[in-house]
Amino acid sequence: MTTSISRRTFLKGGLAAAGAIAASSLPLPAAVKGETGQELATLIDIRKCIGCEACVEACKEANAAKFPEPEKPFPKMYPSRVKVSDWSDKREVMDRLTPYNWVFIQEARVTVNGKEETYTFPRRCMHCQNPPCADLCPWGAARKLKNGITRIDADICLGGAKCEKVCPWHIPQRQTGVGLYLDILPGLAGNGVMYKCDRCYNRLEAGNLPACIEVCPENVQKIGPRNEIIKEAHAIAKEINGYIYGEKENGGTNTIYVSPVPFKDLNRAIEKGPGRPHLKPVSDAMAHADNLAKAMVIAPIAGIAAAAGKFYAASKKRGQHEEGRK
Amino acid sequence: MKTYARESAADRKWLKRFYIMLFAVMAFTGFGQMPIFKRYYIADVPGLGWSADYYKTHYIHYVGAALLLGLLAYWMVDYLLTGRREFRLTGSAYVRIALLAGIVITGIFRVLKNLPDVVFSPGFTMFIDIAHLGFMMVYLMAALIFLIFRSGWTQGIDD
Repeated sequence: MTTSISRRTFLKGGLAAAGAIAASSLPLPAAVKGETGQELATLIDIRKCIGCEACVEACKEANAAKFPEPEKPFPKMYPSRVKVSDWSDKREVMDRLTPYNWVFIQEARVTVNGKEETYTFPRRCMHCQNPPCADLCPWGAARKLKNGITRIDADICLGGAKCEKVCPWHIPQRQTGVGLYLDILPGLAGNGVMYKCDRCYNRLEAGNLPACIEVCPENVQKIGPRNEIIKEAHAIAKEINGYIYGEKENGGTNTIYVSPVPFKDLNRAIEKGPGRPHLKPVSDAMAHADNLAKAMVIAPIAGIAAAAGKFYAASKKRGQHEEGRK
Repeated sequence: MKTYARESAADRKWLKRFYIMLFAVMAFTGFGQMPIFKRYYIADVPGLGWSADYYKTHYIHYVGAALLLGLLAYWMVDYLLTGRREFRLTGSAYVRIALLAGIVITGIFRVLKNLPDVVFSPGFTMFIDIAHLGFMMVYLMAALIFLIFRSGWTQGIDD
């Protein structure tokens, strides 16, 4: 048996090990551990990414225990239009998001000043500041944590995929044949569990960095209090005359990309589709809820005023009527 | 005096119709928050395609909630100022009011949850999400039972 080691594999292995040693020797500030309850964000400097996929492999390894182990055959679902989503036989897929792959490397070939350049960068859940997946989940299975993580609880999720539909990047991915729906009405309601990056919430709680950050040989990612991350992103963008993505998208996210190339160019160049999110500008999906919440404060005041006005008018009319009878 | 009572009664009849219509819209758009309308062909009914769009049903649900809050506030104050002299609330009305209070309070918390910078604990989030649906289901069942037994909201003061 011959073993061939490509340059990429060598780089991946060697640099990942070096990165892990370097990162693990650093003490984690309390804020990064999530102990302070502060909202944490990650900074992704795409200039540094070499596309080695060490983060992808580390994520798979660190989160293996969270991955679905579906029971087969799947219960028959009604009506027949309900589709099965089964990734359990394609666990090795690494070039898109799946229930078994929560981060992947996206590649963009762009022309900068007449020269063709290739950029690679990790893509995963953006961990929005006001996540529509958590806001609109009918069961509370998806929720935002105080430290800025948006997490789907696999024990509660019924796999309706509403989170995937309302997510501006369609990040969560479904696996059929697993989860709570099997114990309720598997044929008539639910369809598995939705999976996505939970920013290694358990590692953060234990004082460790998310696996993708810890293993990166190029220190592409960094985690810290959001205001500090934003400040740093702006400093880098200013220095390189670059661009920022994620600060304002969907009203603000906790994943901030910095690039020397405009994101509209990167968006044009990346492969997009199911499990492969875009890099388009995104307006705040929950803005309507914020605006209408104000209407909900005004409406009862208007109702009270209308009832009081009616009472006042009736009293006045009654007074006039009684006056007339005298 | 009777004239005012008659006017009030006419107003109430109109408002009651509006309330029933509004409640039907709230129930429909509320159930539409679950991923069932597409699965069960409801969104395939001509004219109901929008019901599979979660943002549209959510928007309508919010507009309806504002109207409902306005209407309930109006009724509450109107009852305290004039209504209680003209009619009495029935036992079933008190059951409805308690269930409505449950729907409204859990609904308010759901609205708060959806605001930026408001984060509830996972357990509380799940509780309000499920309780909101639970109160609504019980309300609909109670309304059906009261309809069968012809138990309305009010009875005349002399009844």
